[in-house]
Parts: sequence; C-alpha cells; structure tokens
Amino acid sequence: MQDAHIGRLGIDTRKLGMWIFLASEIMFFTGLIGSYIVLRFANLNTWPVPSTVLNIPLTAVNTFVLICSSATLVLGLASVQRGYLEGLQVGLFLTVLLGSIFLSIQVKEYRELIHEGFTISSSIFGSCFFTLTGFHGAHVFAGVIWLTVVLIRSFLGYFTAEEYAGVEIVGLYWHFVDLVWIILFTILYLI
Amino acid sequence: MEHVHTEHKLGFWRKYVFSTDHKVIGVQFLFTTLFFFLVGGTLALILRWQLAYPGKPVPVLGQLFPQSMAVGGVLLPEFFNSLFTMHASVMIFFAIIPILVGAFANFVVPLQIGAPDMAFPRLNMVSYWVFWPAPLVVLTGFFLQGGAAASGWTAYPPLSAIEPIGQTFWIIGVLLVGSSSIMGAINYLTTILNMRAPGMGFFRMPLTTWAVFITSILSLLATPVLTTALIMLLFDRTMGTHFFLAEGGGSTLLWQHLFWFYSHPAVYIMILPGMGVVSDVISTFSRKPLFGYRMMVFAIAAIAFLGFIVWGHHMFQSGMNPTVGTTFMLSTMLIAVPSGIKVFNWLGTMWRGAIRFTPAMLNAIAFVSMFVIGGLSGIFMASTAVDIFIHDTYFIVAHIHYVLFGGSMFAAFAGIYYWFPKMFGKKLNDLLGRIHFIGTFVFFNLTFFPMHILGVGGHMRRIYDPMQYAHLQHLQPINVFITISAFLLGLAQLPFVVNFIKSLFWGERVDRNPWEANTLEWVAPSPPPHGNFETIPTVYHGPYEYSVPGRAKDWLPQNEP
Ligand code: HEM
Ligand SMILES: [Cu+2]
Repeated sequence: MQDAHIGRLGIDTRKLGMWIFLASEIMFFTGLIGSYIVLRFANLNTWPVPSTVLNIPLTAVNTFVLICSSATLVLGLASVQRGYLEGLQVGLFLTVLLGSIFLSIQVKEYRELIHEGFTISSSIFGSCFFTLTGFHGAHVFAGVIWLTVVLIRSFLGYFTAEEYAGVEIVGLYWHFVDLVWIILFTILYLI
Repeated sequence: MEHVHTEHKLGFWRKYVFSTDHKVIGVQFLFTTLFFFLVGGTLALILRWQLAYPGKPVPVLGQLFPQSMAVGGVLLPEFFNSLFTMHASVMIFFAIIPILVGAFANFVVPLQIGAPDMAFPRLNMVSYWVFWPAPLVVLTGFFLQGGAAASGWTAYPPLSAIEPIGQTFWIIGVLLVGSSSIMGAINYLTTILNMRAPGMGFFRMPLTTWAVFITSILSLLATPVLTTALIMLLFDRTMGTHFFLAEGGGSTLLWQHLFWFYSHPAVYIMILPGMGVVSDVISTFSRKPLFGYRMMVFAIAAIAFLGFIVWGHHMFQSGMNPTVGTTFMLSTMLIAVPSGIKVFNWLGTMWRGAIRFTPAMLNAIAFVSMFVIGGLSGIFMASTAVDIFIHDTYFIVAHIHYVLFGGSMFAAFAGIYYWFPKMFGKKLNDLLGRIHFIGTFVFFNLTFFPMHILGVGGHMRRIYDPMQYAHLQHLQPINVFITISAFLLGLAQLPFVVNFIKSLFWGERVDRNPWEANTLEWVAPSPPPHGNFETIPTVYHGPYEYSVPGRAKDWLPQNEP
C-alpha cells in the first residue's frame, strides 16, 4: 500500500528521496552549463555559429521524440491510477521505445560529427558539446534501463490502482531528463 | 508507519560487513576514518621532519622509501609535494568529513529522531562501500610511475592537468567520496524530514540532528559542482580537452571558481556537524538548557547560506574585479556574525552551570576556544588588503588547522567520548581520556600557534626547503620547535588508541543513559538492537530541559510526559 510509505511530511518517503536526488542533479547540470557559459564568453570570437557545425533539423526531430516519450509516460501513469494496467504497459513500452530512438539518433549524430572531424578534443566547442550532451545521453540511457525494469515489474503485478509509486518516481526522473534536454538543445544548438 | 520487527538472525557477513543497519555503518565509518586519521598524521610528521631538518635523512622510515621517493633517507622534492597533497586529501576527504558526516551522523541521527533506521538502508550501505575504496585509489598513486598526486588538495590546473598518472587516481578517488557524500545527504535529508517519531517537531530536534540536516543541504548542492569540475579535469587529462588549459581556449580560473564553489561550503560541511555535537555535549554537561536554541538553529542556517556566496575569498590573489573582491570580502566578514552568536550562546550555556568536566566536555570546550582563534584569523584573511600579504603563507596553514583540528577534530573527539557508551555499551576510561585531552590540547597549540608567526614573517606554504630563502633562515628555530611539538602531538594520541582498544573489549559496562541526558538516543538500550527502540518513543519536550525547577532529577528525557 502507498500509505505505508507516507512519512511525517505527508509525502511518500521514496518520492521525497527522488526529489532530493533531483536537486543534486540540478546542481550537476548547473555546474556543466555554467562552465559552458563561461567558456563560450571567453571564446566569443572563435566560437562557431552552431548551425554551421551541428545538424539542427535532425536534433529538432529528436527533441520532439523525447517530449513525446514524456507524454506517453504520463498516459501510462494516468492509466494505472485508474486501475487500467494495459494502459500502463503500453505507455511504458512506448516510452522505452522513444527513449531508445532518441539514443540511436544521438549515436548517429555523434558518428556523423566525428566523421566530419568535430570531436571532443577538436575545439573548446567540441569539448563542451560532447561533455554536456554525453552526460545527458548517459542519463537517458540509465532512464531507459530503469523504465525497462518498471515495465517488467508491471507484468509481474507490482502496480495497482493503489500502488504506483514506482511509476511516479521513474516519471519524475524521466521528466527531469527531458527538461534538461530542452535547455541543452536551446543553448547548444539554437543560440 | 508502524513496522513490525521480527528479529531474525543475520549471518556474520550481513551483520557486520554488508550491513544495512545505520549503527553498524556508522561504526564502519568510524573505524575507517580513525585509521585514515593515523595515516594522514604520519604523512604530516614525515613532512615536518623535512621542514625542520632539510636535507637530513628521515629517521627509521627514511630507509624504507625507494629511490624514487627518497635518496639515502632524504626526501626528494617531488615526494615532498606528494606528501603534503596526500596529507590534506586524506585528512579532509577521508578523515574529517566522513567522521562527522559518515560516522556520527549515521549513528546518531536516526536514534535522536526516534526512527528505527535510515529512510534508505541499502543506499546507506552503498554509501559506505563507495567510500572506503576511495582513499585506497588515491594512495595507490604512491606506487605508480611519477608518484602520487602532487598538486595540493586544491589541484589547481594547469599543474593538475599535466601531472603524472597519480593525479588521475586522485580524481577518481575524490569522485568516489563525492558520490558517497551525495548518497549520504539524500538519506539524511529524507530521514530527518520523514522519519521523525510522533511529537518530534522540527524545533524539538537536538542540534546534532539540525546540523546534519543543514550540512546535508550543503553537500547535496555543492558536491555535484565538484563532480563536474573533476570530470572536466579528468577529460583534460585523458580525452584531450582543454577546459582548464589556456592554450585550447580553456580557463584555469574556471577550475578555481568551481573548486571553491564546492570547497568553501565544504569547510562548513567539516564544521557544522561539529557545532551540533558540541552543542549537545555542552548542554548535557552544563546541566542547563542550550542558551538560545532557536537562535543556534538560525545561526547554522545563516552560516550555511552565506557559505555559498563567499568562495571568492580564496581567489583574491588570482585576480578579480575589485568590486567583486569587495563583495566577497563583505560577505565573508558577515559570517562572523552568526559564528559569534554561536560562541556567545555556548558560553551562555556554560555560564553558572553545574559543569561536569568529562573528557567529552573538555574537548567541547576546547572546540569553542580554538574555533574562536581560527575564526579570528579568518577575519584577517577575509580583508582583501591583508590577504594579499598573507595569502599562501603559513598564516593560512595556521588558520586551517585551528578550524579543522582545533574545531572539527576536537568536536570529533567530544563525539567519540560522548557516544562511545551508546555505540558499544562500554565507557571510555576517564583518566586516559583526560591525559589524551591535555596532551592534545597543549601540543596542538604549540604546533599550530607559531605558524601564525611564520606566516606573517613571509614563510610560504608548500615549500620544500625553507633554508633556501634568505628571509626565512632566521625563522628556522620556529620550524624546529613546531616539528618537535608535532611529534609530541602525535605521541599524545597514544593514550587515545590504547583507551579505545582497551575499552572496546574491557571497558566499564554502562546502562542506557550514563550521562543523564535528555535526547532520544539515550532512551534506547546500549548498544541499541536492530530497529533501535523497543517501541517507537513519543516526544513531549524539547531536547535540552535540564535542571527544570521542581523536579527531583535534573534531567527530563524527551519521551517522558
Ligand atoms: C569566521 C569564519 C571564517 C572566515 C572568515 C574564514 C576565511 C577564510 C579565508 C579568507 C581564507 C582564504 C585565505 C587565503 O587563501 O588567502 C580561508 C582559507 C581556509 N579556510 Fe577559512 N574562514 C573561516 C572559517 C573556516 C572554517 C570553520 C573552516 C573549516 C572547518 C575553514 C577552513 C579553511 C581552509 C581549509 C582554508 C584553506 C584553503 C586552502 O588550502 O587554500 N575556515 N578562510
Ligand atoms: Cu572559504
């Protein structure tokens, strides 16, 4: 039962832990993004216009894919809250699928860039680009694995209309990763 | 919320090694950190020998070093650099931070708030198992080509980006402790927010718990920034990036900003839990309520908040806009206000109390007085103009040792003497405790106070041979004096080691509440069983109701109506 985990603050302990973890994740990406801003301002005259290096249409599609994956996860959660287990399973499956598509497109993008000679050590822009998107990609990868575990659990009867914290918690993480991507897409690709 | 605890028998491995019990994990942290305290101390003594007697072979140990470290027992300059780097790294990352936050917080917090364990016991276990390999990885550097990291615990690039492989090991080790700290912080915050016993409102929490709570916010938010800096440095070393190297468009100053954005809050991670411990100890042994309890909580919070906006005071000399420098100077000086409030409140607590001078209390009083000296030297350095003169001299070394040894370490000793009976059901010997305290207190001051004089005399920190500088030669007798005192300070730890081991096996057995204290950890049996309390206590009072008029006993446990 969910209620067994409600603590003194009136919040599920596991969810509280997740929120606190996300606070440290925010600081992690703040550190990376802050460094990027400092380095970009220090190199304004040599910094290339991103669109001359990066494939923006492809990544725009990829951004859309990731946003869709958040939506499918919300649908899955809404389903299980009403006791509709198949809805949860379909939602989770689509989320895993879209997350994997995102990763595949990112790998393709990396391969093309590296082929063109744009690598982590080719320029300071390259260093920032691969470090920021790489750590984000690692977060997506971890999320896909976690979502797969949740998907398997949904078949093993872990979730009911009363107990769905496991879905909510992976959802918090997934939406956070999604949000970080929107920021990274804006600052690395668009401006 | 009610958990039914079935006492099942756990095997040796699950009970003592891969344990998820916060008390066992706390004790594991305690043993590990005390061990690394000895390691760090030994490194320091080897250093001190070279500073007092440059060019003379180190006795005994000197012959054991291979040619790459010492020739004929005389330390090589590169090895000297590794030694001071490792001394500071071991002490800061593997002794002081984890003894306060890993050992005491783990053991004490669930007990003080009346919880059966931490919110995430398995995460807690992982935080220990990620921690202990870290010092081993860092120290492995000594056996590698080019030696251990030698760029100081601050690892400034460009040096740290081009040093031999030992530096890479240092980075990986510090990344490991960092992740351990973050896991710990998540656990403490969740536990304190959500696992308090009925009646345990926020303003009934003992100050140790409050301090751990606020410290955890600091580690939660500051450590990830260090993680990013370490990762970028690692990439500079291994992947050919130039984040911190000017030749590729990178910025060396960026490292300093990121490092101090973590490490200034980190110095509060090293002192705030100590302030909590000392508040509990002083109130208990003065048999008086803590003076200004709420003010103490707000002062800790204020120190923590200010801690995030003062990091630039480590960089006055690195070059910055004078307006920014002045801002950092003023924000740094502001910290003296909450710090002063705390000192006066501790004095107010002791004022006209029926003080019991136990070893724990003696160490706590030492904490207060040494922290005052360290805080005052801090104010000197906070003033930009003065700092330009004393930056990177022994004055800084004096400051950090007054706050870290005089502060954090005395608090850790106070905590050990105070909670040892709860941890092991036995008391540390009183007489040996007093001998240990007096020796440590005297030789601590004889070792570190003269460093102020060296610093004002222009003695740079991190130098290999002071005799090479004409302006330092007349100060050499002070260096010799310091080294002799340092060896005696090392010797003064012997009674502690003997006491610890002896009492662990043959110490005087004690009951639940040997100090007649109020807080909930003293309600549980000593040592508390798995699950801590027979029944989860209900809390009726604040933590410091000592000498309540009209009561026969001079203490009032938090769980007594
Ligand atoms: C009133 C409180 C304090 C003030 C105003 C203060 C101020 C300062 C300043 C200005 C510096 C930089 C000096 C320089 O490099 O030129 C410094 C260094 C340092 N402080 Fe403090 N401090 C205070 C308390 C503490 C406490 C409580 C701790 C730790 C428990 C601490 C640990 C350190 C350390 C480790 C360094 C040296 C870092 C290095 O290796 O360069 N300080 N302090
Ligand atoms: Cu500082």
